Amino acid sequence: MASFIDFRNPPGSDRRADCSVRANSEPCWLRRVIIGIVLAFFILFLGLPLVVVFEGALAKGFSTFLSTFSDPNILHSIFVTLLVAVIAVPSNALFGIAAAWVITRYSFTGRQLLLALIDLPLWVSPVIGGLIYVLLYGRRGYFGPWLQAHDIRIIFALPGIILATTFVTFPFVARSLIPLMQAQGFEEEEAALTLGAGGFQILRRITLPKIRWGFFYGLILCNARAMGEFGAVSVVSAKISGQTNTMPLEIERLYNDYLFASGFALAAALSFLALVTLALKTLAEWENRRQFEAGQQAVLETTIHITSIEEPA
Amino acid sequence: MKTKKRHILPGFRTSLSWSLLWLTLIVLLPLGALIAKTASGGWEHFWGTISDPEVVASFRVSFGISLLAALINGFFGLLAAWIFVRYEFPGRRLMEAATDLPFALPTAVAGIALCALYSQGEWIGKLLDPLGIKVAFTPVGVLIAMTFIGFPFVVRSVQPVIQELSADVEEAAACLGASRWQTLRRVVFPPLLPSLLAGVIMAYGRAVGEYGSIIFISGNIPFKTEITPLMIISKLEQNDYTGAAAIGFTMLAASLVIVLIGNQLQSWGNRFRKAL
Repeated sequence: MASFIDFRNPPGSDRRADCSVRANSEPCWLRRVIIGIVLAFFILFLGLPLVVVFEGALAKGFSTFLSTFSDPNILHSIFVTLLVAVIAVPSNALFGIAAAWVITRYSFTGRQLLLALIDLPLWVSPVIGGLIYVLLYGRRGYFGPWLQAHDIRIIFALPGIILATTFVTFPFVARSLIPLMQAQGFEEEEAALTLGAGGFQILRRITLPKIRWGFFYGLILCNARAMGEFGAVSVVSAKISGQTNTMPLEIERLYNDYLFASGFALAAALSFLALVTLALKTLAEWENRRQFEAGQQAVLETTIHITSIEEPA
Repeated sequence: MKTKKRHILPGFRTSLSWSLLWLTLIVLLPLGALIAKTASGGWEHFWGTISDPEVVASFRVSFGISLLAALINGFFGLLAAWIFVRYEFPGRRLMEAATDLPFALPTAVAGIALCALYSQGEWIGKLLDPLGIKVAFTPVGVLIAMTFIGFPFVVRSVQPVIQELSADVEEAAACLGASRWQTLRRVVFPPLLPSLLAGVIMAYGRAVGEYGSIIFISGNIPFKTEITPLMIISKLEQNDYTGAAAIGFTMLAASLVIVLIGNQLQSWGNRFRKAL
């Protein structure tokens, strides 16, 4: 029976703007009112903040906007942000693959606990993400005296920023891979194994191509968060412009110094990154769904094929 | 069976040890430091820190206003998820993609944008000034920032459930003479309730811990708009590590309770969905 229902367009929930009165959908005027309410909410809460950022960035003309990006301190903040992302994202990507592999391929004691711990940075306040590293590596933290004796700075320096960013972006890749790899199963990997492939060969030639869109999805979300993180980083950074300021911290400094045009110009750059992230994320979601549906279709066709072979006999 | 299946694919040891190593370095060890530091202060100090009037006022802001924001998100999120699944209108896909903007937009950017929007004499602030409504540097501003940050959770939680609702129960209700409102209230809404509550709880959890998008618009006025994460930072600035740890531990425990309730609601919702 299920095959008669088009899930994207269920008969009872007529999505088209058909305004004839029907018992199983809302009257047309009500539809318009609801759409209007939601649209107003979207414009007020999601649209206007973006408009304000870009308007503020260009308020004093395009040349002022461009000149923001020749200020050495601002350039340095961009460099710090890129550097942090370049370290935090790949390391969390490697962790994500390893964790997703171990969680979806094997059953072992503590598997649920591992899953729960991977999720932890998602629901913990980002400020706590910074605090815990200060408690560990700060001047009065547990490793503080030892670090000071060896003249190593972690807190109020770049390593602390990288650690705090790694903490808040920790779950993204693993979380986007686990449900995907669970749904895909591992028959192909087992087949490769029986044909004599080694572990890394299986990973590189079977698993990675299979999960590429989910992996890409995790990577872009991880990267967006890494570049935009503010709460955790503001705890562990000394907030010295030109030294330990990331882009979001530099935005805060410019804004507090009433340098609104530069602040909004830098914010516009990060907003642009956010928009690109959203576009790529939507693309990855469509691709993922397409792959999934193509897989289902293939299974369906094989089933039909098999039954039609069996039937004549 | 299970023990046999465990080692069919290679890499169990490698992947498990890498995962555990990374987890220990990034999550377990620092969290252990938080718990140890809190414990080192002793009960008296812990209670003294979190019952300090300024900290209690910050709890009221962080945990109280977040709840209001989460409820607002529950209402608008439900409507948004409903129209995304059920209605066709120009711009629907764009709105769907824009839903996740609060996830993607850096919180500091959102913070200065909201502050600029609602400050006196600015865009929306200008419209509200004649009415005598002040938003920036008041609890209303905190509410707006918390609503912004929690919005995607409700939509993302409710939308898949609306997608799965089968049309025939609604048709059956209509055939049996129910009005559209009766159908919505008594047939459509009940199965949505668990996921709606789960979404609201998740939005709540996010708003409780939020920092970047709030501190600009809130103005950080003690006893009025100071949020709890800011109290942690001000304790650290006074070099009071144990005090910061005590507040951090309290927030961690509260967030844990919130997330456990959310998970419980979600599994309740999944049972509901299977029954349909």
